[in-house]
Amino acid sequence: MMDMTTMNMNLITAIPEIFMAVMIVFMLLLDAFIDESKKSVNTILTILTLIGGYILQLIVFVPTQISMAFNGMFVLDGLAEGMKLFVYVFSIVVVLYIRQYINDKKFMKGEFYAIFLFAILGMQVMISANNLLILYIGLELFSLALIGLVALNRDSIRSTEAAMKYFILSALASGILLYGISFIFGATNELQLDAVFRSIYAANGQNSGMLVFGLVFIVAGLVFKLGLVPFHMWVPDVYEGASLPATTLIGTVSEIAGVVFIIRFLVGGLVLLSKEWAVMLSVVAFLSVFLGNIVAISQTNIKRLLGYSAIAHMGFIAFGLMTVSVNGISAVLFYVVSYVITALAGFGVLLALSEGGFECEKIEDLSGLSKSHPIYAGIMLLVMFSLAGIPPLVGFYAKFTILSALIEAGYIKSAVFAVIMALIGAFYYLRVVKVMYFDEKDIELRAANTGVISRGVLVVNGGLLLLIGIMPGNLMRFCSYLLTS
Amino acid sequence: MIGINHYLVLSAILFAISVMGIFLNRKNIIVVLMSIELMLLAVNFNFITFSSFLHNLAGQVFVFFTLTVAAAESAIGLAVLIILFRNLRSINVQDMDSLHG
Repeated sequence: MMDMTTMNMNLITAIPEIFMAVMIVFMLLLDAFIDESKKSVNTILTILTLIGGYILQLIVFVPTQISMAFNGMFVLDGLAEGMKLFVYVFSIVVVLYIRQYINDKKFMKGEFYAIFLFAILGMQVMISANNLLILYIGLELFSLALIGLVALNRDSIRSTEAAMKYFILSALASGILLYGISFIFGATNELQLDAVFRSIYAANGQNSGMLVFGLVFIVAGLVFKLGLVPFHMWVPDVYEGASLPATTLIGTVSEIAGVVFIIRFLVGGLVLLSKEWAVMLSVVAFLSVFLGNIVAISQTNIKRLLGYSAIAHMGFIAFGLMTVSVNGISAVLFYVVSYVITALAGFGVLLALSEGGFECEKIEDLSGLSKSHPIYAGIMLLVMFSLAGIPPLVGFYAKFTILSALIEAGYIKSAVFAVIMALIGAFYYLRVVKVMYFDEKDIELRAANTGVISRGVLVVNGGLLLLIGIMPGNLMRFCSYLLTS
Repeated sequence: MIGINHYLVLSAILFAISVMGIFLNRKNIIVVLMSIELMLLAVNFNFITFSSFLHNLAGQVFVFFTLTVAAAESAIGLAVLIILFRNLRSINVQDMDSLHG
């Protein structure tokens, strides 16, 4: 235990998070005092908060140095810095996409954006967590906020039901995670991650059963949050039931935090125990890739389809994690980032097509899109091809790096299985393309007037899928730089 | 003499009861919320046991955080339950069936 004299707060490292927290409280206060017609100031404040967080994040980071705050409970290394910057950028894009939908549906703006920012704050805390207590706090902040976002669409039976299911299952997941943490604490007498790792190394393979027992529960809890089989039950229901803005946040940015913590915890520290957790992850990966792709075939709701597709893609990420090699892990980072970019563009199109309270969620809603809105159809085409892993789009290269890392690590059978499943997955992605380009429709879809900036960002986002796909080198180098710095 | 294993087994039993309560319960959502509370308390019991036997206060500090978060969690759970009841006029687990595909 540290005594007070050696206490080292070093708040500067956590300035971006503190700034965000202050801004959220300020926004909530402000919202109580302004009248309904001026509520759009909340949107601007949200974007400003995220931009401010991004700039502060750039300022506080010292390259090639690991800075700690709160006695080392909060860490800012290359991995945390890079992923936090991605989270800020992606959340700004999410706000730009959902803005018009929230206006049309008359959501409570002040509450929505405050809870939205709380979720982002929770992710940032979780990405920086270097102590099991901070992990828990960050995780709860982010999942409770997401439940709030789902439930905010409070007149819809489906949304409230999804919120209830999400609440019960995520409370169960954090219970399981906590139970695991308590056993790790019991086995090592530490909560600080580096101290836990040191004590495991000191035991040098002579680890108690208690440690492995705790590890199983922690992996189960984290797998739950990522939505991998057998803990995936909430994913399709929440994707379908939640309103599009909430689904957009859950389906894109929130994947990053969990993956980063798994990398920090399992791959960064528990390499000695990799035999134990790699087996668990491989089972989970096999089941997820299988179930996600097979069940998605029969879906008619595109949000639910994207939910199952998310399960399958997270399965790919679990395949990458189990290689425990630098190549595999940087492939995982690349995969997460490129998946989030792809999913963002997909949700962006759905949001842009949801005009005046109408929710574009059936696959057949998209029929004839190529005639009425060729640009949106083109972006959706890129998204679907990228998710299916068709070259030269970014999804192909992401899958390719994971597979080559798998083969390098000697998991030939897993690689073959993953390829076959990705092939099956291509079927339902291509069906969406077929509906958009070859099906006729009597009623035309009307696009929402999302504004020049949002439309521009959406087009750039679609273009990025192609651009990164053709030139993946920079992002790939950046990902491996994050791991080594 | 009561040793550490007795405490751990007790908390494991409580944990198992609460997980069963969540999965086997076919009637009432309130019971699910109670099971979630029980689960967190079982975990707290585990932490306090380790804290006491390892002479490390960190475990007890963790319990304070868990209790606080559990309070926030049940507040959100009850809030969601109320809007669910307003829409559905029921808090029966079986009535939650509008989402499937």
